[in-house]
Amino acid sequence: MHLLSLLLILITSLFFTGIVIRAKSIFSGRKGPGIFQPMRDIFRSLRKGSVYSETTSFIFQLAPTVYFATVLMAIVFVPFGNQAGLISFNGDFVFFAYTLALGKFFMIISALDTGSSFEGMGASREALFSMLVEPAFFILMGSLALLTGYTSFAGIFGALHFGSYISYGIGVLASFVFMTIALIENSRMPLDDPRTHLELTMVHEVMILDNSGFDLGLIMQAVNLKFAMYGAIIANFFLTPGFQWYYSIPIYITVQLGFAVMVGVIESFSARFRMNHNPQFILMFTSISLLIFLGVLLMLGKII
Amino acid sequence: MIFIQVISVLIFIFAIARAGEKHKGTIALVAVLLNAVFSSWIAVGALNGTPFSKTLAGGNIFGDIALRVDGLSAWFILLTNFTFITGILYGRQYMKKYEGQRANLSLHYISYILNQSAIIGIFFIQHGLAFICVWEIMALTAFLLVIFEHGRMETLKAGINYLIQSHISIVFLTLGFIWVYSSTGSFDFSAISQYSFSESNEAGLLLFLAFFIGFAIKAGFVPFHTWLPLAHPAAPSHISGVMSGVIIKTGIYGILRMLMLIHENYLTLGYIILIFSVITGIYGVMLAILQHNIKKLLAYHSIENIGIIGIGIGIGSLGTGLDYPLMAFAGYAGALLHTLNHSLFKSMLFFSAGNIYQSTHSVNIERMGGLIHKMPRTALMFLLGSLAICGLPPFNGFISEFLIYSGLYGALGTSSNSTIIIILSVSGLALIGGLALFCFTKAFGIIFLGTPRYIHTHQIKEATPGAMFPKYLIALLIIFIGLMPQLFIRILQNPVQEFTGLSVPGNYTHLTELMQHISISVWALILLVLFILFIRNVITAPAIITKGNTWGCGYTVASPSLQYTASSFVRSYAKIIKPLVITNKSRDEIRDIIPLPLQTETHFHDKLEAGLIDWPVKNLRGFLGRFRFLQNGSVQFYVLYGVVFIAISIAIPGIIKFIQYMILLIKQL
Repeated sequence: MHLLSLLLILITSLFFTGIVIRAKSIFSGRKGPGIFQPMRDIFRSLRKGSVYSETTSFIFQLAPTVYFATVLMAIVFVPFGNQAGLISFNGDFVFFAYTLALGKFFMIISALDTGSSFEGMGASREALFSMLVEPAFFILMGSLALLTGYTSFAGIFGALHFGSYISYGIGVLASFVFMTIALIENSRMPLDDPRTHLELTMVHEVMILDNSGFDLGLIMQAVNLKFAMYGAIIANFFLTPGFQWYYSIPIYITVQLGFAVMVGVIESFSARFRMNHNPQFILMFTSISLLIFLGVLLMLGKII
Repeated sequence: MIFIQVISVLIFIFAIARAGEKHKGTIALVAVLLNAVFSSWIAVGALNGTPFSKTLAGGNIFGDIALRVDGLSAWFILLTNFTFITGILYGRQYMKKYEGQRANLSLHYISYILNQSAIIGIFFIQHGLAFICVWEIMALTAFLLVIFEHGRMETLKAGINYLIQSHISIVFLTLGFIWVYSSTGSFDFSAISQYSFSESNEAGLLLFLAFFIGFAIKAGFVPFHTWLPLAHPAAPSHISGVMSGVIIKTGIYGILRMLMLIHENYLTLGYIILIFSVITGIYGVMLAILQHNIKKLLAYHSIENIGIIGIGIGIGSLGTGLDYPLMAFAGYAGALLHTLNHSLFKSMLFFSAGNIYQSTHSVNIERMGGLIHKMPRTALMFLLGSLAICGLPPFNGFISEFLIYSGLYGALGTSSNSTIIIILSVSGLALIGGLALFCFTKAFGIIFLGTPRYIHTHQIKEATPGAMFPKYLIALLIIFIGLMPQLFIRILQNPVQEFTGLSVPGNYTHLTELMQHISISVWALILLVLFILFIRNVITAPAIITKGNTWGCGYTVASPSLQYTASSFVRSYAKIIKPLVITNKSRDEIRDIIPLPLQTETHFHDKLEAGLIDWPVKNLRGFLGRFRFLQNGSVQFYVLYGVVFIAISIAIPGIIKFIQYMILLIKQL
């Protein structure tokens, strides 16, 4: 049964970006591609040949693999209600965050490996944004640990229950923070517009300008997996106390669908921020996490 | 036995002085090895639970000098020896470039042996006065090691800066020891313990603060860190590695030792250490990112890592104070393991920086790029060190940071008190991790990747196998700790229990289980990477692979100068932290219709250094400058000063008598 979470995330990742694109096309009045079009693209690039820049070294060839592996590894820790992930121990979310950071490290240096000015730009932004978002995640997990008395993903989400109004507030705020973390980690709107035509204003997409073929396919699938992973974490906030599967799985699917549509909506109706305003935007989430922490203290009556 | 050891060190000193240039390094290596074997033998015994204890007769001045090696000392002795051995192995190769400076080399190697002996002495001796003496030997020899290239002005300046600051440290330590001596009459370390039991809490706290400041200067806690970023770049690379790996750790040892001895309100001590450490960690890495001198960057990173170790110690102390043993155990274990880890990856990085310096003749990372093609082995070692220092799995840095995190979260999980400080430490540690990632992607990316940003007139060569060998040794240990952390928890059990007490064996088993899980996850991660690499190879085998230029988004005349540089990489970051540093920018103005080549230069300066060191020194100089007229160079005046001095010293008793008489007179009136 520990496989359940992993399987659900893997399945969700297959159509997540498809739904986002579909939602965007509906809002802009286009017919748009089918839900599985992104997956078809990925499969095609997996089979394609590659072009490697002469400037690059083994780092460039290794990085996509490491990136993909770290995302998979991180998914292993995500629970499904009281069903723990494949691996679960106290403080597993620290391992989760640092594994993702390992992937990020490799992607950043692989971008620098090409010696391109654009990719350097993307690398610098990615490094900056992911640094700024780190405290938000850790504070949030800290507040949840304080609230539930557990220090593992499974323990926390298994024990999370909604008793008072404040706890509802905390749940909503926490899922909001996780949603934005997902957007920041995947460099989506409003931080970065993946569909822009101008390389100067991109973050993630510009870092992978030189990747092609199998490597590109891996990176794109890793992005899908990351979305599905964060969606699964958010879904965990909405599961019913008894965790019966006939409630849990529909709730899970609804939340993932909702999350994907939400991303589509945000991308359809908001404009990208100016690059130099992004740090302020990201730091805001650290303060929201601190707010959540104070809320938890308030609930436990520990605030003086 | 100790006498034999001391005599053998002396013999080696003479041997180095007499030996030919080629053999000096080898003799030093033998001496270091001998020292290491001797002390490690005792240390391993102590780690296994048989502490070493002996008393040396120190004559009238010292009294009985207690030599004790417990788990804590043993741990530090072992890590010291490892770094000193790899240091001399690398240093022998590094110093080959300086052949011909016979006397200078002798002095260098002799200082190296003496420094090692003194540091081991620090971990042995538990007698205040003797401790100060050995501490002084360490400070002086470290000074000699730093100023190896004393022909250069900035090296000498950095060295003297270090010398002065380490003596400020000694002042505080002396103060602490004399304080205890004056009230207990003993220099033995156990007297400190007695004192803290007998006196009030406030006195104990003040005593701890005196020791803490003294040791913090050595360790490089902010705001006492200013000597560190100057001394490290000035020293030869193997010395920077040893200094960062071991010498500053003596400060950590001191703080831990005092924590063990001074029985005080551990909650307060924990708060103090935590606050200092979080600030140290964040401040260190914040400035590290802005540095473009590779060795200075690494030096600031040492400050950051001292902060992380400090957070561990703080949590340990807090855990003891809150009576939450798991937190205490995880905190102290994390701190001790991180001390070892930092000595490993930091010496690795400094040794790699030494390779880079010797092949490119520069430490300015803006002048590098594409070195991975010319120095692949150095690049790999630097990458390993970078990943480890960022605390990324599957390497050793992650293990110790995880221990510290689990201490912090464990405390939150049981919803203990003082949650606010814990959550601030958590976010501090997370921020440090993110900043370190930023810093080392920059360092590795700019130095080794891309195309060369500067055309060197000489050929860039990979370091010799002899110079690579010590790095491989370190790499093995880095990987081993990452993969098999449970073993190290077992080794750490003894030293940590000296702090937490033996009462709760459950903590130890809990942490070993946790480490088992980490070990499994780490293996899983590695296997996953290998598995996907395998699939990649299978699938891409029939695909057509072509080589081409880097995609320039339509621009086809790419040149190295178009690449992102270190400055541009950190530009948006520098904007954010602008209020916290001093930015000195000089820029040429555009003058004519056809402008000449322009130059802009940006330097970042530490605001704390400017406030705490530069400003007072400037004012002191201004004040003392007013008395410069006294030193006018004519002998007649100097004779006059002598006469005036003698006259005054004769007159003073008379004047005092006169004043006393006057007071008496007034009283009688």
